[in-house]
Amino acid sequence: MEVERRLLRDMIRIRRTEETLAELYPAQEMRTPTHFSIGQEAVAVGVCTALRRTDAVYSGHRCHAHYLAKGGNLDAMVAELYGKETGCARGRGGSVHLSDLSAGVIASSAILGQTMAVAVGSALAFGMDGQDRVAVTFFGDGTVEEGIFHESLNFAVVKKLPVLFVCENNGYSTHTRLDVRQPAGVSIHARAASYGLSSRLVDGNDVFAVYEAAREAVATCRAGAGPAFLECTTYRWREHVGPLWDYDKGYRTKAEVDAWIARCPIERATTRLVRTGACTPAEVEAMTRASQAEVDRAVAAAKAAPFPAVEDLTLGTY
Amino acid sequence: MRRLSYGGAISEATVQCMEADPSIFVAGIGVDDFKGIFGTTFEAHRRFGDARVFDIPNGENAMTGIAIGAAAMGKRPLIVHPRNDFMFLCMDQLANLAAKWRYMFANGSGVPIVLRGIVGRGWGQGATHSQSLQATFAHFPGLYVAMPATPADAKGLLVSALQGTGPVVLLENRALYELEGEVPEALEPIPFGKGAVTRAGKDITIVGVSLMAYEALRAAKILAEQGVDAEVIDLRSIRPLDDEIIVRSLRKTGRLVVADTSWALYGVSAEVAAVAAEKAFPHLKAPVRRVTPPDSPAPVSRPLEDAFHPNPLTIARACLEVLKAGSSAGKGVADVQATFAGPY
Repeated sequence: MEVERRLLRDMIRIRRTEETLAELYPAQEMRTPTHFSIGQEAVAVGVCTALRRTDAVYSGHRCHAHYLAKGGNLDAMVAELYGKETGCARGRGGSVHLSDLSAGVIASSAILGQTMAVAVGSALAFGMDGQDRVAVTFFGDGTVEEGIFHESLNFAVVKKLPVLFVCENNGYSTHTRLDVRQPAGVSIHARAASYGLSSRLVDGNDVFAVYEAAREAVATCRAGAGPAFLECTTYRWREHVGPLWDYDKGYRTKAEVDAWIARCPIERATTRLVRTGACTPAEVEAMTRASQAEVDRAVAAAKAAPFPAVEDLTLGTY
Repeated sequence: MRRLSYGGAISEATVQCMEADPSIFVAGIGVDDFKGIFGTTFEAHRRFGDARVFDIPNGENAMTGIAIGAAAMGKRPLIVHPRNDFMFLCMDQLANLAAKWRYMFANGSGVPIVLRGIVGRGWGQGATHSQSLQATFAHFPGLYVAMPATPADAKGLLVSALQGTGPVVLLENRALYELEGEVPEALEPIPFGKGAVTRAGKDITIVGVSLMAYEALRAAKILAEQGVDAEVIDLRSIRPLDDEIIVRSLRKTGRLVVADTSWALYGVSAEVAAVAAEKAFPHLKAPVRRVTPPDSPAPVSRPLEDAFHPNPLTIARACLEVLKAGSSAGKGVADVQATFAGPY
């Protein structure tokens, strides 16, 4: 499948997965705080499509889209949310600690900025061994306020490491707006550039733009020119954690949410591909149906799978 | 057997492990400079060069994460902290990620990182450069924490760390660096979770860690002059803790004094006392006694600092009190610090 259709197909697959999980979440069977990526799929898909399977991806608490876009096993992710032994972390990690080593999804973590440094460390290992691999870390605008943001960029630039920093700027850290948290007039990508690396601002709801920017950035890393930074502006549709809509809670307006829904990355990609003839509406419909069937099977398998044995509670600590 | 200093043993273990395993690298502030972390990394840098022994920017938290990320890709990073007090800055990566990696990702191989931290007691190093943070690290399941007190253990425990599954925190006491002892030339790991009886005795058990294991031996000499036959246990590992060696000794002596380099409250001495209460209660003939620094930050002024750290006399006195044998013993025994020439 050529890359444009793949970009659209992967976004649809992530959206169908998360909307299905959001629908099922109130049944109380997934007992793990879940941060949905609905509305932000283009960043994950655009970046991961520019990577090889051998490249290493790290993420934060909102990690479903990154995991799936990089090729993480869908069945294992859904089973993890259901707390089952067949989950990618055997029910020990939950929604925020996804990992699938065979796909190059190394780790996700619920502590802001943690995996920025860890990705830099993987890039250090690649550099030391002369391996042709790139490490990528996804994080939000909230992480920019953490000390580790500075420490990680500083180290990566000093050592010229093959690491791509991807900031998904969705404008909020939980319920706190960016302008309350960071100085006005200093953009995130400009701050990153001040460390002496290649840094760009990208429309994070345009999957084709993200893909092109990521391809260039990854090429920079592979060429040994040091790290690169992408700030991708996007928007989280649902509440910070959980499956609900929260525009009535006072920290943002319905008009703001609606304006971003009007910029839906999937709608935009569909419109473009149908207009250019790369895809027919029927094909998009088929992609959606296939994705839905796939996630329905994953949910059924997760529900049928066994819970971990209580005797194994402490196993795997050492 | 051939004798080496404690610092020399650490250097030798590092070099031999790096020779055997090309995935090991050493990083830390000043590991490649003319001092080479009190001589412990100097030879490794001379042998393996900047590619495998390199200086780093400040930023302890990121550096710990960087070690984790490198370990996840098959490296064995050895990170050195010239003062363990700076390791508070590593705690997120260490406690929230390294310790939990194997469990929360169901990732059997985990991240075999090794952190060496040096405890810099004495010479007026004060509140933020002479703490001993074993209890802080040892609280977290998933970590290994060890504190060698002899040159042989300094080598053997570092070998275990660099060959094992990790993650490991090794705390070294600066006051022990010049201490000499017999050290095997071969690469022989000393397993974590195994204490050592460093003096057999029948009247009372003194459990010590790090410098206090050394001071406990000197206390035992004082006690011997008083006709008291003390058994001394060097815990060596803080996590896992060798419960068995404590219980076995108490079965024999029935009396316990615990000497630690750090505070009593929620500390290693509390944990050892809990082992005695939970697993050796029927054998106890007297209440357990702890000998630790008082409940304040470490001072600078010499008389205050001398009073702050436990020493052979305070340990011996505590033993005599437990034995209800009076406390006139041990006058004229010099503190190890009195003969130590700073600055360090």
